[in-house]
Amino acid sequence: MSTKTLYDKIWDLHTVSELPGGSTQLFVGLHLIHEVTSPQAFAALEEKGLKVFCPKRTIATVDHIVPTTSQSRPFSDSLAEQMLQTLEENCSKNSINFFNIGSGQQGIVHVIAPETGLTQPGMTIACGDSHTSTHGAFGSIAFGIGTSQVRDVLASQTLSMKKLKVKKLWFDGRLKKGVFAKDLILHVIQKLGVKDGVGFAYEFAGPAIERLTMEERMTVCNMAIEGGARCGYINPDQKTFDYLKEKPYSPKGDEWDKAIQWWKTLASGKDAKYDEETKFDASKISPTITWGITPGQAIEIDALLPKPESLNKSDQQTALDAYKYMNLKPGTSIEGLDIDVCFIGSCTNGRLSDLQSAAEIAKDRHVAQGVKAFVVPGSEKVAKDAEEQGLHHIFLKAGFEWRKPGCSMCLAMNPDKLENNQISASSSNRNFKGRQGSSTGRTLLMSPAMVAAAAVTGSVIDVRKLLH
Amino acid sequence: MNQNSKFPKGPIKTITGMSFHLSGNDIDTDRIIPARFLKCISFDALGDHVFADDRKEPNKNHPFDDIKNTNKSILIVDKNFGCGSSREHAPQALMRWGIRGIIGQSFAEIFYGNCLALGIPCVQIPEPEILSLINSIKSNQMQDLSINIQLQKILTNDQSWNIEIGNESREMLLSGEWDATSKLISQTNKINITMENLPYLNKFQNFEC
Repeated sequence: MSTKTLYDKIWDLHTVSELPGGSTQLFVGLHLIHEVTSPQAFAALEEKGLKVFCPKRTIATVDHIVPTTSQSRPFSDSLAEQMLQTLEENCSKNSINFFNIGSGQQGIVHVIAPETGLTQPGMTIACGDSHTSTHGAFGSIAFGIGTSQVRDVLASQTLSMKKLKVKKLWFDGRLKKGVFAKDLILHVIQKLGVKDGVGFAYEFAGPAIERLTMEERMTVCNMAIEGGARCGYINPDQKTFDYLKEKPYSPKGDEWDKAIQWWKTLASGKDAKYDEETKFDASKISPTITWGITPGQAIEIDALLPKPESLNKSDQQTALDAYKYMNLKPGTSIEGLDIDVCFIGSCTNGRLSDLQSAAEIAKDRHVAQGVKAFVVPGSEKVAKDAEEQGLHHIFLKAGFEWRKPGCSMCLAMNPDKLENNQISASSSNRNFKGRQGSSTGRTLLMSPAMVAAAAVTGSVIDVRKLLH
Repeated sequence: MNQNSKFPKGPIKTITGMSFHLSGNDIDTDRIIPARFLKCISFDALGDHVFADDRKEPNKNHPFDDIKNTNKSILIVDKNFGCGSSREHAPQALMRWGIRGIIGQSFAEIFYGNCLALGIPCVQIPEPEILSLINSIKSNQMQDLSINIQLQKILTNDQSWNIEIGNESREMLLSGEWDATSKLISQTNKINITMENLPYLNKFQNFEC
């Protein structure tokens, strides 16, 4: 059993009571809600005659269903409009702060909470979305929950949960040029598989992790869930504090000093004990790309697609399914594969630095003929900051579309979808069958720079070939 | 689709019904219920759309379309079932189709918890035993099977298999406390004590509570 890790410390501090059967009633410091997984929770609350226990500790935004072309109301999709209206009504009725479209604070829930300073070290953070693990980048314990748990958090600001084990993933070295945080996490999932993290929180640590910026750390923690780990986190350090300083919801003045004092006590101690540990060498990671239908089916850009018989026995059938679905052949190269659509955005890679790395590739180049490429900033703030730096001009000049913020084609709940069996190069997080809106659509996950490189060449390419 | 049977309520000691196998590891929640069906403000209509895209695949009689499975309520799956998104829409869709219990080699964590919160046990059984169970079902597709939570066994007329269910889940199902809300809201004093001890609510204010 783990002891003295950041996870243990935060868990103990938020423990309200031990429930019969061995689960824990855990206090939730920050609850984030959105239009997809909250309406049924509010309805259930009303049905039970309950009120929101702590309305100020829930923050709402709208992200999954928003169109990214015109966001004028009412939306042309009446179901999407109904979902947004329901959220507006629920927030207004229950005095919940809602970051609505046009507020300057709207965006993907896992982008807006960090950038406004709502996400802070030492908190427990829950949201009806599995990518809530993102917030662990700040040294918080953050996890996705289902709608029944959203109801419980609204009703009590607590939920029933079983404590996870903790696994330390240690990274020596540093990422090489042209290799990004996205490659690091895809590499981890490829090596450990999509089931390794089930029952665990992943602690990402070591010199290579310390060298990552806060935005890069968010990308890593974001995809912990793709490795099966409900939580991923990184111990807070000076970079964390520097990022949070002067954010709208960060503590100010004397309170800032008090906050830092406490935040510094949170990191896993030298005497911390872990349930499991494993090591990686970050300098050996290459640009990594998925080829199949689970995020673990990934390869280094210059490797050949694996032969099913070379894989673990339990992965062979999924590999055969993947080859059939993707229409790819074992033993061939993924480089050079023609792509149809390029999507840059999502809670994994829709932040300013992601757009900057893609713009660096797009600059003075043009999207290849027949390729549809579009950029969806993660939030209104990301869009504004990017526009102030002129990134939108670079993208537009290069033939990319510059869209409004939202989840967009990561899960295609809005009009942004693949058609038929199109192949997309995507900076998002899941390559499941049908994930991007067409039941035969095919997704290749990669870093935003790799997506931009694919857009300008029309096929999968090692981004390092385009770097100056 | 077996929509007539009532949704789970109260203590759950055994689940009895006919069963069928859905093969494949790592079946994710996007496949269980594709995202376009999440455009709704109630779960009511989800049962019709469970595995909507997989069921459209040509030349395949998907188990959820097979007329023999219409009135079956126990689903048998392989490894890491329910991975991916936290959408409760996935277990809701299965429940509204008629599923009341799931037997598998392993489950994704959030999915497992979401099922439990609906009173749908996900019970684990290791690979050799599950093969024997599947063979038994194949040889007699219409036989009743019983998941006995108390005894931690799957029972048919003439055979039995041990299952793993975890003490917490087992007690929650047996006591009927799988629906946690009433327990949680009854602890207001303890919640307040926890809040008083949280530095970010007292020593400094990040935002108002």
